[in-house]
Amino acid sequence: MHIESVLLLIPLLPLAGCLIAGLFGRLVGRAGAHWVTILAVAASFGLSSYVAWEVFFNDLPVLNYSVYTWAVTDGLRFEIGFLVDSLTALMMVVVTFVSLMVHIYTVGYMHDDPGYQRFFAYINLFTFAMLMLVMANNFLQLFFGWEAVGVVSYLLIGFWFRKDSAVRANLKAFLVNRAGDFGLILGVAAVVVYAGSLDYATVFAAVPAMEGQTISLFPGTEWSILTFICICLFIGAMGKSAQVPLHVWLPDSMEGPTPISALIHAATMVTAGIFMVARLSPMFEASVPALSFILVIGAITALFMGLVGIVQTDIKRVVAYSTLSQLGYMTVALGVSAYSVAIFHLMTHAFFKALLFLAAGSVIIALHHKQDLRQMGGLAKYLPITAATAWLGSLALIGFPFFSGFYSKDLIIEAVKLADRPGVAFATFAVYAGVVITALYSFRMLYLAFHGPTRMDEATRAHAHESPWVVTVPLILLAIPSVLIGYFTVVPLLFGGALADAIFVREAHDVVARLAYKFEDGPFAFGLHGFLTPVFWLAMLGVGLATWIYLFNPGMAETVKQRLLPLWKILDNKYGFDDFYIKGVTAGTLKLSSGLSSRGDGQIIDGWLVNGSARLVGRVSAAVRTLQSGFVFHYAFAMIIGLVAMLASFVLLR
Amino acid sequence: MLTLAHFLTLGAVLFCISVAGIFLNRRNVLILLMCIELMLLAVNINFVAFSRFLDNMDGQVFVFFILTVAAAEAAIGLAILVVLFRNRRSIDVEELSDLRG
Amino acid sequence: MPIIEIVFYLFGTILIASALSVVTVGNPIYAALFLVLSFFSAACIWLLLQAEFLAIVLVLVYVGAVMVLFLFVVMMLDVKAASIKQGLAGFLPVGLVVAFAMALQMFLVIWTRGLEAIPMPEPRPEGYSHTRELGELLYTDYLYAFEIAAVLLLVAIIAAIMLTHRDRPSTKKQDPSRQVRVKREERVRLVSMAAEKPAGGGEKGEGQS
Repeated sequence: MHIESVLLLIPLLPLAGCLIAGLFGRLVGRAGAHWVTILAVAASFGLSSYVAWEVFFNDLPVLNYSVYTWAVTDGLRFEIGFLVDSLTALMMVVVTFVSLMVHIYTVGYMHDDPGYQRFFAYINLFTFAMLMLVMANNFLQLFFGWEAVGVVSYLLIGFWFRKDSAVRANLKAFLVNRAGDFGLILGVAAVVVYAGSLDYATVFAAVPAMEGQTISLFPGTEWSILTFICICLFIGAMGKSAQVPLHVWLPDSMEGPTPISALIHAATMVTAGIFMVARLSPMFEASVPALSFILVIGAITALFMGLVGIVQTDIKRVVAYSTLSQLGYMTVALGVSAYSVAIFHLMTHAFFKALLFLAAGSVIIALHHKQDLRQMGGLAKYLPITAATAWLGSLALIGFPFFSGFYSKDLIIEAVKLADRPGVAFATFAVYAGVVITALYSFRMLYLAFHGPTRMDEATRAHAHESPWVVTVPLILLAIPSVLIGYFTVVPLLFGGALADAIFVREAHDVVARLAYKFEDGPFAFGLHGFLTPVFWLAMLGVGLATWIYLFNPGMAETVKQRLLPLWKILDNKYGFDDFYIKGVTAGTLKLSSGLSSRGDGQIIDGWLVNGSARLVGRVSAAVRTLQSGFVFHYAFAMIIGLVAMLASFVLLR
Repeated sequence: MLTLAHFLTLGAVLFCISVAGIFLNRRNVLILLMCIELMLLAVNINFVAFSRFLDNMDGQVFVFFILTVAAAEAAIGLAILVVLFRNRRSIDVEELSDLRG
Repeated sequence: MPIIEIVFYLFGTILIASALSVVTVGNPIYAALFLVLSFFSAACIWLLLQAEFLAIVLVLVYVGAVMVLFLFVVMMLDVKAASIKQGLAGFLPVGLVVAFAMALQMFLVIWTRGLEAIPMPEPRPEGYSHTRELGELLYTDYLYAFEIAAVLLLVAIIAAIMLTHRDRPSTKKQDPSRQVRVKREERVRLVSMAAEKPAGGGEKGEGQS
């Protein structure tokens, strides 16, 4: 089959599945819906793998072509086009694979849900949107995919729309993402203004010309155009990839069904921001201030969001904060120009975080939709497969040597150490501290859920049993890449130049190249060496702390909490971001809006402008109306008065 | 010695009288029409005087046309008056206020 | 004082006096008669200005036709003289003020612009025909305007007739379009009936009545 038809089929199959399951859900029935959608995604995954195979092993040249021209205006082309290079191929495989796993898992997880077909339609739609996003060759399509995944995310967080908290959460996610998208669209607009095109390749070619230009945002300040554009675009990424301070929606998004948390809010959609920055690396490379900004934001997210994860009691929220923290790591990698490492971590993270979420979901199924860690414990006995896969996922997460997370995370830390730009010192501290914290909250979750004395009530315990195969098979299938993919792909991806056609790094910034010597002896030697690094021991410190506190001294957590009550309160309040947004921003906006509506709209526009002008006309007319007496002699009088006045002008003026 | 000004003055006086007449006779459309005829006469006097003193016959041609128009106007005005009287039994101007806004 | 000035002042005075009477006299019949007088005086003034044709036309057309029309209407309408006088006082001051202001302004214009320095031209030579002069102008330069004036008069005639014409129900007249439209069925009705009176019918009817 022709490669272009294959590429067209990859996003269109899930779209077709979505339409069938969504519009004809009643007709095809529950089984029909999941068969159609799963087959669509499976086919999509198969074709993506084929494309990836061609790209990575058969040296398929970079494809950059337009599929459909939507509109042309004033030289600006609005197109749908595909750019297929190594980055796209990698993302396509990751997206479709995780999506496929989640589809299968959903069959078990949503087993008794009345919105079964709707759910499958949504996640198929999501797959379509995400594929459009990663395959885009222009900013317009990127924006389309960006917004489309946002919409599906909104729909899915509020999937249980009768649940009040879910509706609030999806509204919150939508609004916070709007704040980010505002930046994104400003950035795209600036790109159009200064580069005159939406096409990636054209814009990249225009980067050298834009480098010297400046823009005066506020009187007296000069900004480099590229810094402005990059920061605007990154603000969009901050919204989508949940970076501080636009991260508040992600923990709340856990109100959605767990497969969604795995697919959208851990593995794929939230990484769209990371993907975008990597995709636009030629632009970001040209602006060190923007990269520094990214670095600092990422470091803050990585460190402080991990801390919050320690005090969460909802199993999904722990994983959610872990996701935030890991997204912070990726952002840090972007910030030090290690785009390929960020993408590498994105890939490994997609697998092990999806795995962790699905494992958490499996626990939730077993406990009949109870999510509170304080009511778990000792579940390993009942859920052996889930516990084992969760262990594997957690080990990958904390960066235990030879696990996939080890390679990606370790390389991020190494890259930060080698980098040289403002903010690196703080970032170094943050990533090191983050390692301890990651280990601490991961093992806290493991111990509280699967080990130690059980705190379940009798009824729950009686029903707790391992999940059906549709749940465990995806867990196992995800566990395999979570463990192995780092080992097998680290060298070709990062040092073998597999991503070289997609990612552009300037010589002076190229920390990844400077890391290559560590892999001279292959990934195995690097893994062995990993046991000796401070990173490993920091992780072990976290694990030890968790073991000591949560496994051997169950009462100790409470004691520590009492000791550090002010700190605990800060963490429990998530640093007050929510309060600030709700009481400050939202309430302020509401007040402003109601003020504008009553004063501005009601009084000035309606009262003065609309009704006022009508009243003015009415009054003037009422006054003028009395002149129109209808008596002929009044009109004659007026005429004669005019005549007298005209004569007077003759007399006086001439 | 007679000059142009004498004739013009005569026309002006006539015109002012007819203006005053329009104001005075507010109860009778007939007399209003007569006042208008007087006004036209005043204008005609001016035209004839100018034509004579400036030795230009075009002024008298104008008078000719004014007479024509005045005749037509009188005919139609009186016809309207007749219809009005037939409908309202009155030609009082003060009662003619159907156009009042 | 030359005779020409005497004539001017004499007829000027009559003209102004009769005009004043027109606006003040109240009774429309008197007003119309005074209007005739003022037209007459004006015609004389025009003769003084050697506009003989126009003077004659004024008398013939105005006095002979228009004023007669006025008189007809006045008499036809039967306006009560009593009602005319009412309300005269209301606008009198305003009217006088406006009239005087206008007169003052006109005098100022007339007597300060050098118009008083233009003397009466020499009389026309013997055998000069004013009518011929006017006719030559009218039928050459102003031919189209003349034609239009004629059409205007025609329109005025038609308009006056249309306005005042009244359909009386009692008048009998033809309607040609109805006559043309008529069909045989509307006029002729064929009735088939027995040639003789039925035998018993008549008797029965008689018996009942």
